[in-house]
Amino acid sequence: MSMTPMQRTLAALGHREPDRVPLFLLLTEHGARELGLSIEAYFSRAENVIEGQLRLHRKYRTDCLYAFYYAAIEVEAWGGSTLFIENGPPLCAGPVIRSPAQIDSLQPPAIAGAAGLGRVLDTIRGLKARVGDTVPIVGVAISPFSLPVMQMGFDRYLDLIFDQPARFERLMQANIEFTVEWANAQLAAGATAICYFDPVSSTTSIPRELYLSTGMDVARRVLPRIKGPTATHMASGRVMPILGDIADTGTAIVGVSALEDLAELKAAAHGRVALLGNLNGIEMRRWSAEQAEFAVRRAIAKAGRGGGFLLGENHGEVPYLVPDEVLLAISAAAERWGRYPLDWIEAWQKDNP
Amino acid sequence: MNDQVRAFRALLESLDRVGAENAISQALTAMTPIQVIDQIVVPALEEIGRAWEAGEVALSQVYMSGRICEALVEAVLPPSDPDRKHQPRSAIVTLSDFHMMGKRIVYSHMRASGFELFDYGRMDVDELVERVLADKIRVLMISVLMLPSALKVAEVCRRFKEAGVVVRVIVGGAPFLFDDKLWREVGADAMGRNAAEAVALVGGWMQEMEA
Repeated sequence: MSMTPMQRTLAALGHREPDRVPLFLLLTEHGARELGLSIEAYFSRAENVIEGQLRLHRKYRTDCLYAFYYAAIEVEAWGGSTLFIENGPPLCAGPVIRSPAQIDSLQPPAIAGAAGLGRVLDTIRGLKARVGDTVPIVGVAISPFSLPVMQMGFDRYLDLIFDQPARFERLMQANIEFTVEWANAQLAAGATAICYFDPVSSTTSIPRELYLSTGMDVARRVLPRIKGPTATHMASGRVMPILGDIADTGTAIVGVSALEDLAELKAAAHGRVALLGNLNGIEMRRWSAEQAEFAVRRAIAKAGRGGGFLLGENHGEVPYLVPDEVLLAISAAAERWGRYPLDWIEAWQKDNP
Repeated sequence: MNDQVRAFRALLESLDRVGAENAISQALTAMTPIQVIDQIVVPALEEIGRAWEAGEVALSQVYMSGRICEALVEAVLPPSDPDRKHQPRSAIVTLSDFHMMGKRIVYSHMRASGFELFDYGRMDVDELVERVLADKIRVLMISVLMLPSALKVAEVCRRFKEAGVVVRVIVGGAPFLFDDKLWREVGADAMGRNAAEAVALVGGWMQEMEA
């Protein structure tokens, strides 16, 4: 008997083999295309996103609903503005912290006062009313440690970390309160889990030694206060040298990059965290159906055995420019080749070492 | 990599600004400023760039290395120094995105390698094309983070062709790293997989164009 997406996902997260590998295509702006709306119009009403997510879930037979709008929506709560473009994710239109001195008096904004965050919560409530406990609803909170990239710009943020440790800590305190409140509001609205985006903690961005005293320290102060399971996502950054450290923060899932080998990551995860990934979302734009099928088979062959694996792309959001045909090909390949016990793997790997 | 370069790279990766200053001061007792740049600073930054690409060092180390070297080179080879590489005219820009980090790193690396160039900040296509034509730029470095921005490079290149000007375009940033065919698709002349590689490619072009 076929499992529900929730049963399938919980089995995989319990490091058991479900009926098939869960498909976590994290789709956002594609909902606008389904509804024939511009991206800006689509995200202006929770009803649009509810309908868009449900259509995408049915069309691509995904195993989750994704309540994420766009990253800049959190910075809107801090007084920032968003620039909408026609074919991609809305952009954070400049920093809200223009001088480090502003940090001294920075107060975290109330979730209830932020219109954009309110729409996300309405979306989660609407999705929950439609699917109950049959499909996981994934909420998103940007890590307090990574949020400053949008709040003040990456270069100025690195300068702050290295040159002004006291102000860095002050910023973390404000951000931590915001992130915890935001994540818990989504869980209270009906989200099943929170995707904790933390690309600055990736070893693509900072070395492990710095992660241990900054990003990991922050995660340890945040994740235990979030009243539900979390997935830590590095938005296509590398994690191999810190995978064990990330597991130590108590997260359940790690989103991994196409830049790293999935089999090596699976071995390093050692059953402590499940992996989400790692299809290349940028290349995906120009994949043929055959290339999509090959990429799906390769990922499943490397990481599918024994559960602990959710198939998805590697950035935490499928680019809007990826055509529907590619997504349908991925979905079909996941359905065909993701069925356990995956007894095709050995023969396939002989031909595709 | 010789011992001097290896030692300087280690100082940069550990963000030892004072140690790096001392190493350069020591080298200047036996070499000219441009020799120090070409034989120690640039090779060390190239090594760090390659190590980042391989996942062995982090972006924060690349960024801080560039900043440290930029300041060091500024001190020994000020913008007015005749050894500064001013020609052909070049510029760097972040196209459409608001993510300025990549441009900042490459700009630092360029200046740390002795080059002078325009920093256009963030621009959209129209403004960029207009500015490049007005400034008579011959080498343009474009940094992006987002895929839609990367695809806009195609329009920039098309507009240069329509205007009948020859501008060599080098691109860099995450979309190009994740899809190594993308730079050709958008009509760029090259891509830099890391900051130091971009500097080396532009340096080669400049020599060709001056010859």
